[in-house]
Amino acid sequence: MSAVQILTGNQAAATAVKLCDVQVISAYPITPSTSLTEMLAEWIEKGELKAEYVRVESEHSVMTVCVSASSVGARVFTSTSSHGLLYMHEQLHWAAGSRLPIVTCVINRGVGAPWSIFNDQQDSISQRDTGWIQIYCRDNQEILDSVIQAYRIAEEVYCPVMVCYDGFVLSHTMMPVEIPEAEKVKNFLPPYKPHTILSPEEPLNINPVILPTQRRDAQGVLRDGYMEFRWKLQHALEGSRDVIVEVNRQFADLFGRDHGGMLWGYRTDDAEVYLVGIGSLATEATMAADMLREEGIHAGVVGIRVYRPFPREEIRNVLKNAPAIVIFEKDISYGYEGALSADVKAALYGTGISAPVHNYIAGLGGRDVKAAELAEAVRSSLAAVAGGVMERQTWLNCVTE
Amino acid sequence: MPEKIFKVNQKEYILPGNRSCQGCGLALAYRYILKALRENTIMTIPASCLTVLHGLYPITSVTVPALNCTFASTAASASGLVAGLAAQNRTEMTVVAMAGDGGTYDIGIQALSGAAERGTDFIYVCYDNEGYMNTGTQRSSATPMGALTTTTPVLTKQQNKKDMMKIMEAHDIPYLATASPSYPIDLYDKFVKAKRIKGTRYIQISAPCPPGWGFAPKDTVKIGRLAVETGMVVLYEIEDGKFRFTGRSKTLAEKGNRAPLIQYVEKQERFRKMNIEQLARLQKWVDGKWNEYLRRAEE
Repeated sequence: MSAVQILTGNQAAATAVKLCDVQVISAYPITPSTSLTEMLAEWIEKGELKAEYVRVESEHSVMTVCVSASSVGARVFTSTSSHGLLYMHEQLHWAAGSRLPIVTCVINRGVGAPWSIFNDQQDSISQRDTGWIQIYCRDNQEILDSVIQAYRIAEEVYCPVMVCYDGFVLSHTMMPVEIPEAEKVKNFLPPYKPHTILSPEEPLNINPVILPTQRRDAQGVLRDGYMEFRWKLQHALEGSRDVIVEVNRQFADLFGRDHGGMLWGYRTDDAEVYLVGIGSLATEATMAADMLREEGIHAGVVGIRVYRPFPREEIRNVLKNAPAIVIFEKDISYGYEGALSADVKAALYGTGISAPVHNYIAGLGGRDVKAAELAEAVRSSLAAVAGGVMERQTWLNCVTE
Repeated sequence: MPEKIFKVNQKEYILPGNRSCQGCGLALAYRYILKALRENTIMTIPASCLTVLHGLYPITSVTVPALNCTFASTAASASGLVAGLAAQNRTEMTVVAMAGDGGTYDIGIQALSGAAERGTDFIYVCYDNEGYMNTGTQRSSATPMGALTTTTPVLTKQQNKKDMMKIMEAHDIPYLATASPSYPIDLYDKFVKAKRIKGTRYIQISAPCPPGWGFAPKDTVKIGRLAVETGMVVLYEIEDGKFRFTGRSKTLAEKGNRAPLIQYVEKQERFRKMNIEQLARLQKWVDGKWNEYLRRAEE
């Protein structure tokens, strides 16, 4: 029987890991992800969760353990934040290149220098090009549900998945979360079938040096060169959109909760301005939209649930009649603009959608973002748009002089 | 003890033809390592000369399963294999991580220390060719003092070799050994023994490198022998804390007839800029280590 418990985001994620029968967990302490893996360690030591727990000496080794354990056919999990994720960077590429269905929770936190333990999304957004699927959650229920979905997606397309959620804002905030029945999760998530089994019965040399060109094997069969492997990863990520949407649909049918496949919308039908965001910032934007509507401004919200693969078609579809677009994000692609803003604009290119796009960088390193501030930013942008300002980048609530 | 050669596993695990350099000390050692480890062995290897030996996709020269890993991660990769196999009750497998001295003494030391401290059930093999040979003979912390490398091209390396065996011994692991491909039976026996022991086992192999050290490929075995004859390389094992000379080094310790270091140094191009003062310092370093081993053997 499913039951409702009051859980933090990290507890919700740990609960999902347990429900998914993960076999190998490896982790290294970092705030604010630590309480998640502490909980898993406790369950394992008490015998409530049957899994190997490898307490390594660095995040680089964490992801290495995940890669090799997954290579021999174990379902693996880890979580990290900020510098931990950055320290994994090399191994993130290696995991994706190996086409391993590793699931990692990223509890979003700003990155140094200088040190910040507080929330923004610079850590995971800057890992955008590593070949991982990235899912961003709005609340603790979505964290639990997305971890379960992540294994289904990862093991179907053989790509690793990051389930990202905002540090402290979600990781340490308690909310009611419905815990699905273990049997139901088992039915939803079949056992992991590795694409290759590394065993002495069938010796293979996995991930050796590969040449730029295709090459014949000992039997004369022409095998991929480096670029064909890279294309296959890209093709798999592009193709994973359909899987993500379908997994979300099946999950909704079975568990009664639909988190939106690639993205979600809020009061978008008649919107004259679209607020776009990721994670809890997008949730905040829904409150701003309500405020704006009370004053007669028809505001709607588009929340990006999956950032990679990017919801190109969905963005085009939802914004096709948008009179104005305001993008809020907790990251910055230094020397350009917010990464989401650049990606949304790129998705609109050539579609005939010529709405003004204003970009707000907000909440870096835990700076508080209030719904009223978002609403005020939208009012300011609408005034500027009326004056013909098509593009604008603003650092919200930040001294910029 | 030449009669022991008949006890060696006759099966070959390296196929005829591989991409190692002519006269590669690593290749000689690796053949015996795999013979000793036999079936049910899984290798994990970082970017190194061994990667080159294993061959270019989609062809491999080795018949054991191998997982390539990144440079810094060898021992962590082994830890993941051990955990992944244990989670599926596949405990009959021997997990072996094998890296060069750069991958062990330098970039891989953190992961190795972590795995050893956790008592990970695997064999870690360092094939020590005393430099970054795969990338063209750069200096590593295993390069001996006085050697020319491409990153110490004028003045030679100024520091002594790091004592990796001591570092590994400080982890209180059940078995450590040194070996040389010039003494294959000694090497073979150590791997046969290591395979039977549980926990972290560390074996360091001195791997003479013709292009990196500057000697003719036909002289690999000879150079490896001279290293042992002079005490530059000492064959020993430490089992549950007990030190024991083995093979030729045991004889040298008993008879006290170690050769002067000059006999080893003068045969390699890499030492051509070594001056008398450096040679004396290196001889003193070798003598110091040797005396330490003699004391430990008596304990």
